Amino acid sequence: MSCCGANPGYDELDEVSRLVSTKLAAFLKTLRDNGFAVGLHEGRDAASLMAAGYIERPGLLRSAFKHLFSARKSDWEKFDGIFDAFWLGKRVKSRSITMGSTKAANSPSLKSLQDNRSERSGGEAATDQIPSTEDAPEDRAGEGRMEGASRADNLSEIDFRKMADPEQIAEAHTVAARLAKAMRSRLTRRDLARRRGYRLDLRRTIHSNISHGGVPISLVKRQRKEKPLRLVVLLDASGSMSMYTGVFLRFIHGVLDEFREAEAFLFHTRLAYVSDAMKERDAGRALDRLSIMAQGAGGGTKIGESLQTFNRWHAARVLHARSCVMIVSDGYETGDAALLGREMAALGRRCRRIVWLNPMMAWDGYTPEAAGIKAALPHVDLYAPANTLKSLTTLEPYLAKL
Amino acid sequence: MKDRDEIARALAASGYIADGELATAISLMQLLKRPLLLEGEAGVGKTEVAKALATAHATELIRLQCYEGLDQSAALYEWNYQRQLLAIQAHRGGDADAIEDQIFSEKYLLERPLLAAIRRAKPPVLLIDEIDRADDEFEAFLLELLSDFQVSIPELGTITATTIPHVVLTSNGTRELSDALRRRCLYHYVDYPDVDREARIIMARISGAGASLSLQIARMVEGIRKEELRKVPGVAETLDWAAALVGLDVRDLHDAPEVVQETLMCMLKTHEDKSRFQPEVTARLLGKVA
Repeated sequence: MSCCGANPGYDELDEVSRLVSTKLAAFLKTLRDNGFAVGLHEGRDAASLMAAGYIERPGLLRSAFKHLFSARKSDWEKFDGIFDAFWLGKRVKSRSITMGSTKAANSPSLKSLQDNRSERSGGEAATDQIPSTEDAPEDRAGEGRMEGASRADNLSEIDFRKMADPEQIAEAHTVAARLAKAMRSRLTRRDLARRRGYRLDLRRTIHSNISHGGVPISLVKRQRKEKPLRLVVLLDASGSMSMYTGVFLRFIHGVLDEFREAEAFLFHTRLAYVSDAMKERDAGRALDRLSIMAQGAGGGTKIGESLQTFNRWHAARVLHARSCVMIVSDGYETGDAALLGREMAALGRRCRRIVWLNPMMAWDGYTPEAAGIKAALPHVDLYAPANTLKSLTTLEPYLAKL
Repeated sequence: MKDRDEIARALAASGYIADGELATAISLMQLLKRPLLLEGEAGVGKTEVAKALATAHATELIRLQCYEGLDQSAALYEWNYQRQLLAIQAHRGGDADAIEDQIFSEKYLLERPLLAAIRRAKPPVLLIDEIDRADDEFEAFLLELLSDFQVSIPELGTITATTIPHVVLTSNGTRELSDALRRRCLYHYVDYPDVDREARIIMARISGAGASLSLQIARMVEGIRKEELRKVPGVAETLDWAAALVGLDVRDLHDAPEVVQETLMCMLKTHEDKSRFQPEVTARLLGKVA
């Protein structure tokens, strides 16, 4: 370091490293707020990376941290934005949380840390590079991905709890529990029937008969492992469905509680993965988290596009040959109806059954006139009304047969 | 091999064209001694990374292909029951303790990939392929092995790793992996290569593919990937196609549109995709290729 001023003394260096570690801790906090699973171990490795000289080159440090802290594709995609916002003071495009508080603004960014190291620029001049809270509303206005419940989404809050009266809630829960139970008992019976197996496992037979001197007396057989049935629910949360979403959210919460394998998605103009939010034990809190995600309500329904997103990004992980997809929607498609038809066909190839529940169906004089539902119907295995709890209960025998 | 440029060069020498981020991931792997988890679509060359890494380190590649129902006896170790039985028969009437000591010795132990990987003199590359196909239980077991690098065999005692292997895991995302496993690993998402990198991959892998043809093929493939296909072609398909074109003596895609159309079967693997690619579509895409 031959630039102006004396080399940083021992005390100053120590101060720099202290700054680095507090800053790193704040960064880890930011990542956790954004849904990253980051533990102490990762923090320690990150510190050792910084000590190993990575801090001198921000580009390299970002890439290194990205590998270390990301755990899945969604993390991988939003990491660069978060990193740049936090360390380099760039504006975030995606809707991610940075520490917008005054605390963050007081600690210097990576750039200023480097300055500190080389020339100790006076005071905390270059500190205010973290996007402050004032910038946030503009950012929110843009189209961001809806993944996880980030606090920034909490703008147009719709309280689902007010939409359902307590009696209905309790009943929806019992119905869901009964449905789940019917399906589960069925599954266990199948498991029992297969215990005998159909193919001889020669290696294990020899192994288990060593005590008989190798004479195969007790036989070991192989059986195919049966995958349990999985229920995937796609719920329309658009404006036209608003009278029913409350009850159905309760129903889905019950289903996720009872089924061994169930996933839930919510869509209006976009698709949101809500299983994690729904797995909250307390129904009230789960619905709170969901009302944050349902902020698109009233902007039309793009069922086709939402299904496309589902087929493209989630289907491979969520669906297998023993899956039943349950779509709850009135079928009023504001997007391209032909697209909806194509995506329904693609979905039909991937799963065992598609059940479409349409609460409007029971209305007097309702015929499936909407272009969306017309395009979708040929691919649906069961099309049923679901406006009352009674009609939900009548589904039970059908679902139990899957 | 420490610096990432050096790593990229070493990988390139063994036939894998890596981007800067992957090279960083591999340098971190060595620095932090963590396994590397590679995720991405089928056919983007996840397995190739491990193969190239083994060549670059001049070491052995030990591969464990995961499948549903994979268990300890297929992944870790197993006793050779047939030989044990033969030994018992042969020494019938002998000292029971002596026979027992004999049949539970190294000689009768069958090494499976995981055990083999920690007992080599030189650290090998351990490729755990398609971990998402294995069961949850196996994943938990693997997690334990990857953190301790030791194996206890009841009859023989604990076997501690002589060397820590370079571990590469791959996943296609057919099942959600546990958070614990994800946290244990470094994560890298392998995407389809950009035009420039794909052209370099073709040149590195297909002898006889010139620079201009490779670039044309790469551009064409990029166009094909942008079409709405049921099965998006991966790098392996690109290489097949390039090999077919070179084999048919095509020097320039514009000279032989019929050959291009006919050889597209290397890229399109479903009937639906195939019927969508009428000659007009091919011509349109060819038009965009300079």
